[in-house]
Amino acid sequence: MKYAAKRIAMLLVTMVIVSLLAFVAFDLISGDPATAMLGTEATAEKVAALREELGLNRPLLVRYGEWLAGFFTGDLGTSYNYSQPVWELIAPKVLVTLCLSVLSFLLITAVSIPMGLWSVRLDGRSGPLWRVLDGFRTAFNQLCMAVPPFFTGILLTYLFSTVLRWFVHGQFPSLTEDFGGAVRYLFFAAVTLAIPRIAMTVRMLRSTILGEMQRDYVRTAISRGNDRGGVLRGHVLKNSLVPVVTFLAQTMAEIVAGSIVVEQVFAIPGLGRMLVASISNRDYPVVQAIVVILAFWVVLAGTVADIINQRIDPRLRLGGGA
Amino acid sequence: MKKRISALLLLLILLCTVLSGCGDGSAAGSGEATQSSGSAGAETTANEITVGIAQDLDDSLDPHKAVAAGTKEVMFNVFEGLVKPTSNGDLTPAIAESYTVSEDRLTYTFTLREGVKFHNGDTVTAEDVVYSLQRCADATETGVLQVEAFSIIQSIETPDDNTVVITISEPSNEFISYLTTAILPADYDQQDTAPVGTGPFKFVSRTAQDSVVLEKFDEYWGTPAYLDKVTLKIIENADSLMMSLQSGAIDLCAHLTSTQIAQLGDGFNVAEGTMNLVQALYLNNAEKPFDDVRVRQALCYAVDKQEIIDLAFDGYGSPIGSSMYPAFGKYFDDSLTNYYTKDVAKAKELLAEAGYSNGFAMTITVPSNYTPHVNTAEVLVEQLKEIGVTAEIQLVEWESWVSDVYAGRQFQSTVVGVDASTMTARALLERFTSDYSKNFINYNSPEYDQLFQQALTTYDDGEQTAIYKQMEANLTENAANVYLQDLADLVAVRKGLEGVTFYPIYVLDLSTVRYAQ
Repeated sequence: MKYAAKRIAMLLVTMVIVSLLAFVAFDLISGDPATAMLGTEATAEKVAALREELGLNRPLLVRYGEWLAGFFTGDLGTSYNYSQPVWELIAPKVLVTLCLSVLSFLLITAVSIPMGLWSVRLDGRSGPLWRVLDGFRTAFNQLCMAVPPFFTGILLTYLFSTVLRWFVHGQFPSLTEDFGGAVRYLFFAAVTLAIPRIAMTVRMLRSTILGEMQRDYVRTAISRGNDRGGVLRGHVLKNSLVPVVTFLAQTMAEIVAGSIVVEQVFAIPGLGRMLVASISNRDYPVVQAIVVILAFWVVLAGTVADIINQRIDPRLRLGGGA
Repeated sequence: MKKRISALLLLLILLCTVLSGCGDGSAAGSGEATQSSGSAGAETTANEITVGIAQDLDDSLDPHKAVAAGTKEVMFNVFEGLVKPTSNGDLTPAIAESYTVSEDRLTYTFTLREGVKFHNGDTVTAEDVVYSLQRCADATETGVLQVEAFSIIQSIETPDDNTVVITISEPSNEFISYLTTAILPADYDQQDTAPVGTGPFKFVSRTAQDSVVLEKFDEYWGTPAYLDKVTLKIIENADSLMMSLQSGAIDLCAHLTSTQIAQLGDGFNVAEGTMNLVQALYLNNAEKPFDDVRVRQALCYAVDKQEIIDLAFDGYGSPIGSSMYPAFGKYFDDSLTNYYTKDVAKAKELLAEAGYSNGFAMTITVPSNYTPHVNTAEVLVEQLKEIGVTAEIQLVEWESWVSDVYAGRQFQSTVVGVDASTMTARALLERFTSDYSKNFINYNSPEYDQLFQQALTTYDDGEQTAIYKQMEANLTENAANVYLQDLADLVAVRKGLEGVTFYPIYVLDLSTVRYAQ
């Protein structure tokens, strides 16, 4: 328990650091929100007046302190571009991206773990048919990893929207009003996101388990008369779980990154599109909020994985107190 | 051992739930999908459409603050001024029922239309008019853009509730064009996010990066909109936009490229208008080597406009020869269009005279989000090669373009389209007077400045038009820029819809769009 508390404290510190980095990075890149807002109407005086109004002329740390104070009191500020409270603006998008990521993650675990185990089962069988099948499996796996999600997305849309009409591309229903419809729409995007990750997870799982199967204790167990499947389920799987959980946590983070592209292709109003747009508009308050949310997501996935791993493998319990 | 078995069981249960959950999801998915395509079919009979737009309305929705052309294009349906533009380039009384101009051309008297309502139900009063015009004239409120033409306003008075009298300090033929400025309710402070105007459509909602919803305003004073509801769906990705058109989610979409039009299939009709932009290779006249008129002329002789239109635009587009496009009617001088025709020998000769017999290297800065301009630049690079000029394309973000090229004037050359904010020749031509704040190409011709002063003080419309044409000729002769074309505006309209109307300014009039009976 102490361990979990420690991890959560680390999580908070990491997030504060990430938010500060984002703040500083934004100050360093060229371009200025006032100029972006005024567009072709920007003149030196107008830009100066607007900067003053937005408080951009104050020192970086003062602005950051103010932002941080606002953040802890639940006030994320107001978007420069939309003149709307940031939270009101991004809350529905957080929900959409969360749904997309969770859906995609469920797909990945549900498909890749059985597939990984299955592919291990098939390993070691000989005969020309198996060799051909194995070659096919490897090639298919490579293909799934190599094709970029935006392309898969276009293919899936063409097939399921233009030809089969299973969903209407561009008509994303509101999550709160039509949850079933929204999930159905998101399903196709989730598949797009999941395909390369499934391929990677399967490969990863396969090599981990096969590696584990070479260990002495497995040979001993088999020589004692246990059957292969039993050893696989009873010993190998548990010992292979730690790297897999870690890998899945990374996958969780990568899904969020991948969703930026996939949201564009499927015209899904999620965080990714919002982030890209607000970066190019230099809409600091929005970018800052999204960066913190994404950082939280990534760090949280890592923390949860660590806590789970530590439950699975007692050797990972640091400090020995727990 | 027990522990191990329970852990395994737990994992199995987890897997099962995950698997079955997923199975349910996909099964339900396909079942409901058939339902929804049914309901999508039903929606087409409802009196509403979805319009695809390629950029978000991501600035203030207050018409006095909005900067983005895309925002103004849409909000044209929500706001009106005392007068409003018509599709043939004239002005028609809107909130004003009629107006008179005094003999000395200094006093404009507007009689307001009886009972014009704002979308919030209030009646438009003379105070609202004064408030709105004064707001744009003073521009003291942060974000409000000053209407420079209002600097000549001396007073705005309201002798009675239905009359507004505007007195200006010097006569101006163009002043009336600026009274298209939106009239807003005086006591309302939510314009930024929940705008209220008097137009045929009222604003309902905006979801960032997703959609904007407009509904028909039932108490509109004029010809009511045909459609009850219009959803503007924001789809920035071009491939995604095409797929939404093909899936049936979008009924109407403007500003498509010829390539996109070719992919549409037979569910759509195509309406062709003009974008009303002056697309050119804009040259920084203060920067070497473009400070030499001969170099600029050489570039003009190197370029074949028709080839650009054919190669990059499948033949859609109207070539132009100066800062004026055909939709402007009387101000457009077609004789300038072919002032320079492609002549490589002549171009080389001019370059040699200017001391660049071996050519030179130049950079074309192009905002990367505008594919048509990027494509144009690519053809230009090839054409310039023929006269020994090596051009390199530098792609920049739109925001960087605005701050570095447009405001900062730190560039050699750039391909963009320049539009007119109001339907006046002044809106296009004033920007090249030497001391104008938006003269981003640093054009400097005393003769041009003088002509502009003359145009401002000439009150006879015919004479003034003649002077504006002289200014256009001045730009052409001095090769201020390499003028290319006014891009074609290709609009995909789902079959069964009609009534798309084109204006000489950049607006999308939704009030005339209707289902064919």
